Amino acid sequence: MAIQTPSLDLGAGLVQATASSASRGYWQSVARRLRRDPVTLICAGTLILIVAASLAAPWLGLADPYKTSMIRRLLPLGSPNYLLGTDELGRDMLARLIYGGRLSLFMGVTPVVCALLIGGLLGITAGFVGGRTNMLIMRVMDVFYAFPSVLLAISLSGAMGAGTENTLLSLTLVFIPPVCRVSESVTTQVRGFDFVDAARASGASTLTIVRVHVLGNVLGPILVYATSLISVAIILAAGLSFLGLGVKPPEPEWGLMLNTLRQAIYVNPVLAALPGVMIFITSICFNLMSDGLRAAMDVKA
Amino acid sequence: MDTVIPVDRGGPAQPLLLATGLRKHFPVGGGILGRGRKVVRAVDDLTLSVAKGETLGVVGESGCGKSTVARLLIRLIKPDRGTMVLDGDPVDEPHGITVNELRRQVQMVFQDSYASLNPRLTIGETLAFAPKAHGLPAAEARERVRDLLSKVGLDPNNYAERYPHELSGGQRQRVNIARALALRPRLVILDEAVSALDKSVEAQVLNMLVDLKSELGLTYVFISHDLNVVQYLSDRVLVMYLGKIVELGPVEAIYGNPQHPYTRALLSARPSMDPRKRTKEAPIQGDPPNPIDPPSGCRFRTRCPFAEDVCARAEPALSDTGHQSVACHMSIAGSGHSKAVRGGAAAA
Repeated sequence: MAIQTPSLDLGAGLVQATASSASRGYWQSVARRLRRDPVTLICAGTLILIVAASLAAPWLGLADPYKTSMIRRLLPLGSPNYLLGTDELGRDMLARLIYGGRLSLFMGVTPVVCALLIGGLLGITAGFVGGRTNMLIMRVMDVFYAFPSVLLAISLSGAMGAGTENTLLSLTLVFIPPVCRVSESVTTQVRGFDFVDAARASGASTLTIVRVHVLGNVLGPILVYATSLISVAIILAAGLSFLGLGVKPPEPEWGLMLNTLRQAIYVNPVLAALPGVMIFITSICFNLMSDGLRAAMDVKA
Repeated sequence: MDTVIPVDRGGPAQPLLLATGLRKHFPVGGGILGRGRKVVRAVDDLTLSVAKGETLGVVGESGCGKSTVARLLIRLIKPDRGTMVLDGDPVDEPHGITVNELRRQVQMVFQDSYASLNPRLTIGETLAFAPKAHGLPAAEARERVRDLLSKVGLDPNNYAERYPHELSGGQRQRVNIARALALRPRLVILDEAVSALDKSVEAQVLNMLVDLKSELGLTYVFISHDLNVVQYLSDRVLVMYLGKIVELGPVEAIYGNPQHPYTRALLSARPSMDPRKRTKEAPIQGDPPNPIDPPSGCRFRTRCPFAEDVCARAEPALSDTGHQSVACHMSIAGSGHSKAVRGGAAAA
């Protein structure tokens, strides 16, 4: 062939030079950037700790979170045998906070995962197919989007009645529109790239093109967005429980605990604030981690 | 199924691709239900044929519909009207071949070498995608990838596992060319395929295209705004203006004896290598008119120094002048234009 050219030699030289640092994929470079981001690492570590503690709660040798004691009500922090004191019915706060993480995290993560599946599917379909399908899906989403998320969650839960399942259902419905919208816009953007046209020109089926060329490029941004939604979901779930629309007593759940401890705020304000502190730490960790992920993934080369 | 090498069916005289009356109007704005909508007349009743083994150059200003033609020919967009025949087989019609079969034989190279490669896939995965989608087993696809990479002058051992961002623009465009060849097509449409490259890299890629053409028996449709590159590569040249063909003919005729005022203006606007032959003034004034509402009659008349009444009244047909086809009233005998040639003694 005529083109044994200088550029080729240059390319070969380049390969020699970088031969030690083997060709890296996108996710490897994301991982490398994350490793240099202390804030994200600390947040991720905290979250892992909270999740692990909640999951392992029965084996941590904690007190019974349901056992009440009328003589040991509202003990302050640092009381003997009650490291974080007791609540208004004399139940151990430490145990209730750790056990409470189970329900709170479950109610934060589950709706987002469900919304991710449904909203993501709808959004990618709308974005890739375009035209009337897009119009139909997105306008329906706009109807839901028109309500403030808190109001929508409260009215849905209120209409369906209190209870864990209904809270999950209403939160899922609240989160489908934003996930769908983000998926749609990312997919529309990816669909405009020439490599999708090139794939279409190769005669591959639509499903194959979506699987190979679209999913890999849209899942990252959608997952980042979903991570930031988890903190909102935890706060909303806690809010619903606080209003008596979510988890029913005596289940330990951070929002519900905040509600029942509210009368104690003048007696023992630090104690009353503890569930709120847990909600705050968890949601800010999810938020900062989502920011870190976005920054790590938002690089071209 | 993939191992079937497309055979020459109609013999060398039958055009490889024959497009008749292709039209694409893009709707813009307007009513929700499509009433009273305006359209951009991107390509209007375009008829062209591509002979086997030739390179057809397509030139024109930005926005004249060159890329739309490319996308129509490979059916990335569906024409509003018009028919296409690939070596005797009507495309997307009963008794004809399907669009997918057309795409087996017609492939395209895009201008933006970065946007046309999936950043999440290695070069090898990108090249193997089309053969695998057509049912080639993984081992054979890997072999095909190695073969393709060496065909475009990239070492398969070094490049198959790399990602697009690790390659230079020239290397990426070589990969794009390899991808277009992955299904062993007969016709390759090159849409500004070398326009974004450095001049030195551009020359290497052009030479490679010439070599690949003779090695694989390809036919090219080469779309570019660079008149010098088109002259170097093409056998025939098609000049477009606002979605219409204004002149079509062999490269020597178009460059040596341009007939249409627009072609002449384009050619005289070329920067000269000789500093003594500087371009004195802009040969055509202004921008092309809005394709939403193109001028009546001849679409070039608003910028043409020879425009007369007849140019606004009637649209000049593409007519043969002996060497080339020209869509201008001055080249049509008895058209009513004061400079029209007499009695059919065309371009004598």
